[in-house]
Amino acid sequence: MKQMTYAEALRDGIRLEMQRDPHVYLAGEDVGIFGGCFGQTAGLYQEFGPERIVDTPISETAIVGHAVGAAAAGLRPIVEIMFIDFMGVCMDEILNQAAKMRYMFGGKAKVPMVIRTPCGAGVSAAAQHSQSLEAFFTHIPGIKTVMPSTPADAKGLMCAAIRDDNPVIYIEHKMLLGLQGDVPEGEYVIPLGKADIKRKGSDVTIVAWSAMVHKALAAAEALAKEGISAEVLDPRTLNPLDKDSILNSVGKTERLVIVHEATRTGGFGGEIAAIVADEGFDLLNAPIKRVTAPDAPVPFSPVLERNYLPSEEKIIKAVKELF
Amino acid sequence: MEITKAELLSFYETMVTIRTFEEKAAELFAAGKLPGFVHLYIGEEAVATGVCANLTDKDYITSTHRGHGHLIAKGGRIDLMMAELFGKATGYCKGKGGSMHIADVNLGILGANGIVGAGQPIAAGAAFACKYKKTDAVAVCFFGDGASNRGTFHESLNMASIFKLPVIFVCENNMYGISNYQKNHMNVSDISDRAAAYGIPGVTVDGNDVVAVYEAAAEAVDRARKGDGPSLIECKTWRHRGHFEGDPCIYKDPKEQEAWLKKDPVLSLEKKLTELKFATVVELEEIKAAVKEKIDSAVLFAQNSPDPDPDDVLTDVYAS
Repeated sequence: MKQMTYAEALRDGIRLEMQRDPHVYLAGEDVGIFGGCFGQTAGLYQEFGPERIVDTPISETAIVGHAVGAAAAGLRPIVEIMFIDFMGVCMDEILNQAAKMRYMFGGKAKVPMVIRTPCGAGVSAAAQHSQSLEAFFTHIPGIKTVMPSTPADAKGLMCAAIRDDNPVIYIEHKMLLGLQGDVPEGEYVIPLGKADIKRKGSDVTIVAWSAMVHKALAAAEALAKEGISAEVLDPRTLNPLDKDSILNSVGKTERLVIVHEATRTGGFGGEIAAIVADEGFDLLNAPIKRVTAPDAPVPFSPVLERNYLPSEEKIIKAVKELF
Repeated sequence: MEITKAELLSFYETMVTIRTFEEKAAELFAAGKLPGFVHLYIGEEAVATGVCANLTDKDYITSTHRGHGHLIAKGGRIDLMMAELFGKATGYCKGKGGSMHIADVNLGILGANGIVGAGQPIAAGAAFACKYKKTDAVAVCFFGDGASNRGTFHESLNMASIFKLPVIFVCENNMYGISNYQKNHMNVSDISDRAAAYGIPGVTVDGNDVVAVYEAAAEAVDRARKGDGPSLIECKTWRHRGHFEGDPCIYKDPKEQEAWLKKDPVLSLEKKLTELKFATVVELEEIKAAVKEKIDSAVLFAQNSPDPDPDDVLTDVYAS
């Protein structure tokens, strides 16, 4: 184990996979000498050179579109879209090209590519640089969606994403990039589709992902002092989703609260609620609660942004409503 | 560059194959035998033929919604194409793609595409892979005049230029973006002028003259293989039929249509072949008859093929 930040850990994953497989390269805006907008790729240019760490023009469509072509032609591109909010610019390349090529061609193509992109609010970056848009991607069959919450997961899921033969959207939360944690050294691959219980509990299951895992853990800590034992389950990847782990946990706790930073309507929390209502209705002893951002753009003012985001207090309140 | 008799006859066979395939598709569609819709390449055969004659199986192409001609010219199998038009399990895509999504990755055909302009970055990416792997393979992107107005055009030509990618952007200017006449959708008459914006060569050729297309493509392909970067070739041509089968074409000027029909690329090549005494009319008829037989047997293969298993709706979503 080694202490690393989340950004260092995901970079360690990229570095190891690039050392292991010459077909892996990284392309995006300012990923080279500049080292990435949040420093995620610092040092890779010096290690791998301009042929494998490729600075692109500000052309999100061509960044993702070229990756589709390169992947279909045998490479394993990792591309960075500087903010998840910019994914709208290259959505056709994700929605109609990367996600559908294999299916449309009757299984005769392989599109192994990773799109890395930071999400999340918390730095007053306002409505076009703060969103959590994972539900866009979970609604598209043919791609996978990964959202690590810890440095170790950031590394293990990055390696798995790069090795996967499908397009993977790897969403890194910008508020987590500096988070320190223990990370296994050397090869470390976490299979996609395997949830992780971040805290064991017996009275309520809190399903949360990405930055919300940490708010859920803080809430669980506070709830424990009041005699409520909360289990915090991090699905880590939304597609594939580890449905069984969620149902098992709910089977034990009989209560479910889902926390996500994305806006409420059409958010992935609704899908988890639907799955549990459909396949685990008899397990429940209380209504399913969601703690999410409201259906509004992310505001700029720190005061507004703080109120906008799901918080420890909001999670505690939602949990208490179930007892 | 002197074109040989064998080359010209090979061009002719390819063009007749495309023409006959498309005429058969039109007939089958009109008879209600093909699901979905089809966009036919009739009138534009010289472009795909002239360009692809410069390519090998190691080279890549991206195609369009009007893709049958590109696939045939790149060596695609007619029986598997026809079966795909019928939506059969034996089709190129096992019935999952249809006319607009036929691909053969082993032949470097990265697919027809239902989104106008989507092939441009994909071709740039395939070219990136060719360069990255240090091969001398190239990628060709076929697209129309309408697609040259997409943002993908700008981003892809710029990226290909700065990265010196071995890609040839071939604009089939058939004068219409669906129903919109070129003069109404851009204020340049030669789309090749746009190459200057990216610092790459751009030429305009008669897209109905297979030899002119072949020669322009040969130069661009050679440039790309040598590592000198991308080119833009505009081939001026004419879509004999509508945007899709069933299109009433009320937007076309009948006189212009008539004038272009006189410049039919297949008939022009027949004239050339007989004038050069490379073939007699009888010999050309023999080629046509042999092609017709191949197309008929492809139709038979398609019609006799099984439908997909309904449960296959869930296969091939992900690679495992």
